[in-house]
Amino acid sequence: MELFELTAHELHAKLDRKETSAEEITKSVLTRISKVENSVSAFMSINIDEALAKARDIDGQIASGKPITQLTGIPIAIKDNLCTKGAITTASSKILQNYIPPYNATVVEKILQAGAISIGKTNLDEFAMGSSTENSAYKVTKNPWNLKTVPGGSSGGSAASIAADEAILAFGSDTGGSIRQPASFCGVVGLKPTYGRVSRYGLIAFASSLDQIGPITKDVTDAAIFLTAMAGHDPKDSTSVELPVPDYRRSLIDDVKGLKIGIVKELLGKGIDEAVKRSITEAADLLKKLGAKIEEISMPTFEYGVPTYYLLATAEASSNLERYDGVKYGHRSKEADDLLSMYYNTRREGFGPEVKRRIMLGTYALSAGYYDAYYLKAQKVRTLIKQDFDKAFAKFDVLISPTSPTVAFKIGEKVDDPLSMYLSDIATIPVNLAGIPAISIPCGFDNGLPVGLQIIGKAFSEETILRVAYTYEQNTEWHKQRAKL
Amino acid sequence: MKVTQKDVDHVAKLARLGMTDEEKDRFTKQLSRILEYAETINKLDTKNVSPTSHAIPMKNVFREDKTIPCGNMGDIVANAPSAENNMFAVPKIME
Repeated sequence: MELFELTAHELHAKLDRKETSAEEITKSVLTRISKVENSVSAFMSINIDEALAKARDIDGQIASGKPITQLTGIPIAIKDNLCTKGAITTASSKILQNYIPPYNATVVEKILQAGAISIGKTNLDEFAMGSSTENSAYKVTKNPWNLKTVPGGSSGGSAASIAADEAILAFGSDTGGSIRQPASFCGVVGLKPTYGRVSRYGLIAFASSLDQIGPITKDVTDAAIFLTAMAGHDPKDSTSVELPVPDYRRSLIDDVKGLKIGIVKELLGKGIDEAVKRSITEAADLLKKLGAKIEEISMPTFEYGVPTYYLLATAEASSNLERYDGVKYGHRSKEADDLLSMYYNTRREGFGPEVKRRIMLGTYALSAGYYDAYYLKAQKVRTLIKQDFDKAFAKFDVLISPTSPTVAFKIGEKVDDPLSMYLSDIATIPVNLAGIPAISIPCGFDNGLPVGLQIIGKAFSEETILRVAYTYEQNTEWHKQRAKL
Repeated sequence: MKVTQKDVDHVAKLARLGMTDEEKDRFTKQLSRILEYAETINKLDTKNVSPTSHAIPMKNVFREDKTIPCGNMGDIVANAPSAENNMFAVPKIME
């Protein structure tokens, strides 16, 4: 087996036994990138020289006896909406084409301090707005399992980089499903932590009450390791919570005996592909065989998740994106004779169609005369959705559902139909609205394309969803299958 | 809610968002459709429901009021499309 095919925990064991070096690992991953990146297009930028220099430096530190962490020498891909000091960060938008952050996002700083190697920045839907990565202003990322299909989005570049073995770990961010849905489409593991579990400092804001950074990995063990490394309170993010961070590896227990699992009825009904339903039902049967108690649960407000989200997330986005005005950073239009024409033309030229559509929708929902009917109403429905989860978790330890109603769709299939694109997040959005954690893990295939199982937990119960995910993974072989490139 | 071209013009002005005529035309149709779909939430009775802005309980965070260094001013201003004397430069605001 080549080094690039291994997981972070396998590589760590090899490094620990001095069977390999950070340089060998980095070279292996860079060679893999040079071989497959032309067909996958996962990256916005690749740090060849910096990565090799850092790897050699790390090897020097190891030789001099410095203790290694779980992330030492591990090549990590960073979604291009996370600020990296001195390295261009675009959010896949033209308006940030030349933006060089003067600081690192807290999560980036943490992994670099832990000895990880930043291998490159990955493609996304512009400002993380989308479900296919087709809204990137720069390139279309392909799904490694079938290059004619999308990798999902918005963390499509990160998920594709993991599925194609172009990175060992990857950062994603999830506002309405942007970690879990691409993880599902690409047959890898993606975890959205509880809101506040991970600092958002240095994440280019989309919808601040929903955004959360999380891991995209090859298996559940790596997700636990990577989450442990990135979680924790940060004085620079006042919404990050002051709770101790457990070592999430301790929750990797191959046992679900006695756990109560609810299977969401509304997400096995109309609008969900038959093949997806079958995989989820089989996954539920397996968990039952392994000792869990499975029962159906109705979540009557689930169907209101998508409309609620598209009012709240766009309202927050319209406010967050006011900062792109051609003054402090990014693009400024050449047609800027006065202040107003600078604003209008800079934003017309710099934003792509989906971003404009969401700014319009959000501004409308917040505007005088419509605020109560749209924005406030949606905030109230958000309360109802949260209450549905509270009721469910009074009875169940975790809930399960498909991550996405379908497997990966064809490139171009939904670009002209925003509503149908939005509906591909029907299973993931309610989780963001309630602020709770969820993980997507591979649980089958349809026509050679991966199906994802979503496991949802109550706030700050990452340990429970990791335990269920780990148990399922240890008793199946799906995660061992790799895309052939 | 039927969105008219006039609504689109008004909202675009609020958002300081320039658009081509073709985009305005497209958005008029798409926003109507999306809002019509969004209105499905009106089926839910929310008379006695309080709104949620953050799902996880949040409290205001205070810190001591003292100055701390906030990075290199030069690196920050270097990103500006136009700058003079380490300050952001903009087109004339007043005559």
